[in-house]
Amino acid sequence: MTIMEALQIIIPAAIFSAAPLILTALGGVFSERSGVVNIGLEGLMVMGAFIGATVTLFAQDWGFGRLSPWFALLIAAIVGALFSLLHALATVTFRADHVVSGVAINFLATGLCVFLTKKIFESGQTPYIDYRIFKIDIPVLGDIPIIGPLFFQNAYLTSYLAIIIAFVVWYVIFKTPFGLRLRSVGEHPQAADTMGINVTKMRYIGVMLSGALGGLGGAVYVTSIATNFGASTIAGQGFMALAAMIFGKWNPLGALGAALFFGLAQSLSVIGGAIPLLSSIPVVYLQIAPYALTILALAGFIGRAEPPKANGENYIKGER
Amino acid sequence: MKNPRYFNLLVPILSVIFGLIVGGLIMLAGGYNPFSAYAALFEGAIGSSYNLGETIRQFTPLILTGLAVAFAFRTGLFNIGVEGQFIVGWFASVYVGLTVDAPMFIHLPLAILAAAVAGALWGFIPGLLKARLKVHEVIVTIMMNYIALHVTNEIIRAYLKASSGERTEEISATASLAAPFFRQLTDHSRVHYGIIVALLAAFVMWFILRKTTLGYELRSVGFNPNASQYAGMSVSRNIILSMTISGAFGGLAGAMAGLGTYQYMTINTAGFIGLGFTGIAVALLGANTAVGTILAAILFGGLKVGASNMQFQAGVPPEVIKIVMAMIIFFVGASYLIRWLLNRFRKGEN
Repeated sequence: MTIMEALQIIIPAAIFSAAPLILTALGGVFSERSGVVNIGLEGLMVMGAFIGATVTLFAQDWGFGRLSPWFALLIAAIVGALFSLLHALATVTFRADHVVSGVAINFLATGLCVFLTKKIFESGQTPYIDYRIFKIDIPVLGDIPIIGPLFFQNAYLTSYLAIIIAFVVWYVIFKTPFGLRLRSVGEHPQAADTMGINVTKMRYIGVMLSGALGGLGGAVYVTSIATNFGASTIAGQGFMALAAMIFGKWNPLGALGAALFFGLAQSLSVIGGAIPLLSSIPVVYLQIAPYALTILALAGFIGRAEPPKANGENYIKGER
Repeated sequence: MKNPRYFNLLVPILSVIFGLIVGGLIMLAGGYNPFSAYAALFEGAIGSSYNLGETIRQFTPLILTGLAVAFAFRTGLFNIGVEGQFIVGWFASVYVGLTVDAPMFIHLPLAILAAAVAGALWGFIPGLLKARLKVHEVIVTIMMNYIALHVTNEIIRAYLKASSGERTEEISATASLAAPFFRQLTDHSRVHYGIIVALLAAFVMWFILRKTTLGYELRSVGFNPNASQYAGMSVSRNIILSMTISGAFGGLAGAMAGLGTYQYMTINTAGFIGLGFTGIAVALLGANTAVGTILAAILFGGLKVGASNMQFQAGVPPEVIKIVMAMIIFFVGASYLIRWLLNRFRKGEN
């Protein structure tokens, strides 16, 4: 096996498993840039995964065919945004501790989604979906030598979507007036308020965007990787997304890089057996590699991660 | 509110009531009878001596994981890694229980100590990285959870696997926390002496935080690290100590599983048990105090055990209890809402 062939297995697999993490981590960036800590990413993914599976199953019956999972992605993003309203309500309006509310979101999502699954499907998990997100070869780009086979053949559209969204989010946060307002609210709400920015509104928007992206992340996971929903479908991916966000220093492109890195490391442990050099390494080393490498990377060269200044602080008007 | 002490007690109590009401509404919406469901829940938690024993068994490790989270919180640190500390503690206690040959008065304390040390080490690493290199403890503890899970699974699979299944052999009786007398008394529930360890640990936490200089410094760093530094305290030393002690509590919780409930360790291929994550909820409801943590653990433990009877007798999915727990945490968090409602209520009276 040549290096090229090995890369042809590894790189698409890495991008494939990174997509849900990228989207969810971007959601985290929106929320935390506006100053609301979001431990609830895990719960938002759970909600997205549940909606993703359930809506796909229903859409199949309604005759949506191959479009079913795409329709489900859309609904999952909307429901995710609505569900995250609860987090916004608790933290922004009722001044709850952000961590407390996020933990509640996580419990609530698993409880509610498994409860509903049992009500709807009379079983602890949904049936498997018939139509998953499909693989495609991108016409022109796929023909480019070397890069084409690595990045543009046999790939999932959702992966590109995730990467494109990362650049869009970066642009929105750093290059638009909206992004400037969002960041200012997360850095110094008093000053932002003085300048006439509606802190409450900005924070609600930030949290709801995180809900939409987290829901999308969960739905992408279920429609491309897991293909059904149960209590253990989302088991820690949301926390990995949280880690990717911090690893990426609250920057959308940093989060993208970190999520791709996690995806790469995870895919190594899954497909390692197929690659001669890696198959001689005991599988446990490959399993812990993403986590150990993250710790080493943070300790070694990434250095200190500074969150937005007012991240996690409730803004009470008129208080200094 | 005029009396903050009274208010501090009222918030969790009202939160529990509101949480149960929301759970009841969800059951109604799902077409279940909430009254018979809650009756079955109550019955299942404390209705018989067996159920009572199982509830105690359930809340014993929850007290310890709750203490672990609460202790770190008091120094302003968020330890999401209790799950991992629980796993390494479980493993270390079972390892000592299996391999060491000693009379009980040495073997049992040694196994418990091993669990605490393993957990402490698992907390020490993120503490050290936070203190020395400013690495965010939330990421490191999440990562340490996965490392604990995969490494212990692999070691058991490779070296300690029992012939009978995906687990280790049973530990020798000299390391067991089993309580035959209380088992008899509770109709063969899995209750064990670990409850004594858990209550002692709660006392230790209260003592450290309230009665020692160390505890004063830990709390001070939690309130304001800059002021503490200025006052001559070593912030990094306190961060490391806090995470280490927190991890030790998490490790002890693992010993409850290894030496008490199961007497062996399973290969957890399905992922995390979740006792560590529930510990976060316990600590939050308990307002990060020792006594509060015990009470919250009793409540959540009872709810968990009662939930299975609720399914059995009333046919209600046990997930409803997760929703109730979530709502309780929610209301505790949003205590401003309760404060506001109470003030409204007061004004109405006058």
